[in-house]
Amino acid sequence: MTGPLVDIKNLRVAFRNDEGGYNEAVRGVSFSLGREKLGIVGESGSGKSLTGRSLLGVLPPYARMSADTLSFDGIDLKTISPRQRRALRGGRMGMILQDPKFSLNPVMTIGRQVVEAIRIGERRLSAAAARQKALEALESVHIREPARVFNLYPHELSGGMGQRVMIAMMVVRAPDLLIADEPTSALDVTVRMQVLSILDELVTQRGMGLIFISHDLNLVSKFCDRVIVMYAGRIVETLDAKHLHDAQHPYTRGLLACLPSIDGSLEPLPVLNRDASWLEAAS
Amino acid sequence: MTTETIIDPRRAVREASLKELRSFMRRFLRNPLGVIGLVIVLVLIFCAIFAPLIATHDPYLPTLTARLSAPSADYWFGADELGRDIYSRLVYGSRLTLLIVGLVIVTSAPIGLLIGAVSGTVGGWVDAIFMRITDVFLAIPKLLLALAFVAALGPGIVNAALAITLTAWPPYARLARAEALVVRNSDYVNAVRLAGASELRIILFHVIPMCLSSVIVRMTFDMAGIILTAAGLGFIGLGAQPPLPEWGAMISTGRKFIFDQWWVATIPGAAIFIVSLGFNLLGDALRDLLDPHLRQRN
Amino acid sequence: MPATLPRPLKLLLDIGSWLLTVAITLIGLAAFTFFIGRILPIDPVLSIVGEKATPEVYQRVYLELGLDKPVWQQFYEYVLKLLRGDFGVSFSTSRPVLTDLLAFFPATLELATIGLVIGVVLGIPMGVASAYWHEKWPDHLFRIVGLIGYSVPIFWLGLVGLFVFYYKLGWVSGPGQVDVFFTGIVPRVTGFILVDAAIAGEWEVFGNAVSHMTLPALLIGYYSLAYISRMTRSVMLDQLSREYVLTARLKGASEFTVVMRHALGNAAIPLVTVIALSYGGLLEGSVLIETIFSWPGIGNYIYSSLFSADMNAVLGGTLLVGIVFVLLNMLSDVLYRTLDPRARSAA
Repeated sequence: MTGPLVDIKNLRVAFRNDEGGYNEAVRGVSFSLGREKLGIVGESGSGKSLTGRSLLGVLPPYARMSADTLSFDGIDLKTISPRQRRALRGGRMGMILQDPKFSLNPVMTIGRQVVEAIRIGERRLSAAAARQKALEALESVHIREPARVFNLYPHELSGGMGQRVMIAMMVVRAPDLLIADEPTSALDVTVRMQVLSILDELVTQRGMGLIFISHDLNLVSKFCDRVIVMYAGRIVETLDAKHLHDAQHPYTRGLLACLPSIDGSLEPLPVLNRDASWLEAAS
Repeated sequence: MTTETIIDPRRAVREASLKELRSFMRRFLRNPLGVIGLVIVLVLIFCAIFAPLIATHDPYLPTLTARLSAPSADYWFGADELGRDIYSRLVYGSRLTLLIVGLVIVTSAPIGLLIGAVSGTVGGWVDAIFMRITDVFLAIPKLLLALAFVAALGPGIVNAALAITLTAWPPYARLARAEALVVRNSDYVNAVRLAGASELRIILFHVIPMCLSSVIVRMTFDMAGIILTAAGLGFIGLGAQPPLPEWGAMISTGRKFIFDQWWVATIPGAAIFIVSLGFNLLGDALRDLLDPHLRQRN
Repeated sequence: MPATLPRPLKLLLDIGSWLLTVAITLIGLAAFTFFIGRILPIDPVLSIVGEKATPEVYQRVYLELGLDKPVWQQFYEYVLKLLRGDFGVSFSTSRPVLTDLLAFFPATLELATIGLVIGVVLGIPMGVASAYWHEKWPDHLFRIVGLIGYSVPIFWLGLVGLFVFYYKLGWVSGPGQVDVFFTGIVPRVTGFILVDAAIAGEWEVFGNAVSHMTLPALLIGYYSLAYISRMTRSVMLDQLSREYVLTARLKGASEFTVVMRHALGNAAIPLVTVIALSYGGLLEGSVLIETIFSWPGIGNYIYSSLFSADMNAVLGGTLLVGIVFVLLNMLSDVLYRTLDPRARSAA
């Protein structure tokens, strides 16, 4: 493949406010992505999730989006029809949401939901074949009794199991790009690592591009190749994950300093001092 | 600290609420349907207050020569079977409509609020008993209940209002109880309790005020329903008695002439419809502004 | 505590407490009609024997009514009577009230059922469209259509409808169930005129009945449509904002699948309750409609009983509709528990 998998230039997303004007939540974000693992880090409201959703075309209907370039594998996402866009979603790009408690349909069995994802891609697949494929998908995320889980409802699963189902559903059609939007922050600490390693395994095995959205700088740096730091709708810094501690921007440095470490000093952790100049264009 | 920098807290609160009110008004005015509703309600109130000035005839005075006459320059909406001016009767009828609505709201909302708030705050068996009673009332068909009640007590405006009240309070009780359950264990109520406030004080000054915005929305919708029920009772002959110009009763008498003198029954019905629509439009707009989470319940 | 109980026992307990709730509600309902019938009239004896009765007659009726006994015992006997299906005797028809009610009920049920079908078939798509195109023109249009149905006095709309479509345009037949010369032709089997006419193969009567029924059924249908579309809209608005809807879109599901399978599939659970309750509302709303259209149903029966001061009939009718209300509530409860997988595994 030539060219980047994802290319974004000057992406802006705005919401109408009470006074009739627009508030920009994403303010000119540009980056490109190959078949690599990219982390996007920022606090809530920094626009990191909206950036991911813009790519998949699932912004809320009242949001207004514009970009100079927004392309996926050479396809211009700004001009394609809703139908083409739908064909990309699930088929070539997938997205994992934060909390399986909310992101799975509560009145459909796990099996039906996975089968639905498969059937959207292969309409003519027989029921038995789709079921077989769904069971395999559940197995690929290390669910031990796929046949039992197949018939369960989401509320009967633990958070970790639910998130594995979500991953299975999104990678079953082998997409080229996976966006994971805080995939572990709603989970118990004990299962976080398991879910992450399953995700890592699948992404590496199948050579997908991954955008990993998180507020956890340390986690992202361990997991990804490259890290983008966002603040108030802008990218303030792009870093090589290995050289995270060489961060230049005061916001990134502030975030790093806020993290406790085992052998760190016993002084209270510093509080981030925000600087109004961060809101202006950095680069 | 110099005198200029002292901020009067009361003034600050006043200014803040003034600002809130202005923003509320601005958002309300952006909803054209809500504004139409408000205008209809204001017109109704205006008619009721200034009825003698607005009416062109005596609403009770029969004019035998004008019996069942069609709408004309003299009788704008025509005249009924006794030759009374329908327009003037409509104008005076707005007083009866407001009277019934007022009677029902003034009685049902406080009763329901109190029962619900006590139920939710005190809890235990009081709650269990009160809620059972509320459920029984909710399970009884409203219009039939009112009908049977008025049939037993005898027809009339006050009895009709009483009967409607009997069916109108349970939703307020439900609403207040739900709110009370949330408020009961909140930190600020616990703080007041630690400060020695009585349960009664907590109910009156902390639980009930929390319900008010939902209650106002509910009341506005209810007014539309009350108008329709009262008109229905009037139509059946159990509400206001002749010669009172109650709109439902006017339809009932005009019913006999529907094919030949359509205006006698049609025009009062249109009045009921417009007024009830006005309250519903207003209620919709208020709900969107005050109580977005009520959307799901109603 | 209940969590430690074995599952079948817990289920039994749940069903038991639920039946108790229903029983209490029914007893409350009976207390109501008892209260209105025995306590509210200033003198229930006078209301039966009239002003001119001799003291002997008065005394006999007084004892017959059991008014010398304590109130709770009177109520106990009243409930026992109701359980035996004894709703008293109607003064105007001199038949047991229950017999009368059962004779009139099918006509009401027929009208309300057709109205409900109209309300569901049109109201749910309207509500779904309103929610999907929230604040766009379909939403504004359907909301206004619904609000008008909510605000219009139904008996007045019936009169206007008769005036326009029967008198002026002649599109439909007027009041009554069938034309005078068609009455009594079809033997009564179910009490539903359309069904009976079809069974008897009297297609002329069937067509005539349809023509008579069109207007009242459409009116009742509109009334229920207003309520159902409004509730559907608010439930769907809530569901469409849920995250599983986003998941369905992320899978690449079509908008139709997203809305109809996912959002409506979830909304269906609360909507079942809405529909059951609106059915009850229609039975009640039929009182006014039936009087306008001289429809031989329960509403008309209650209405004419009111004028002959026949309280047994009025209260019997109220009680019957009330019982149907409670049963519908029960039914919606059961449906809710079977439809919602979360409630199913909690039970």
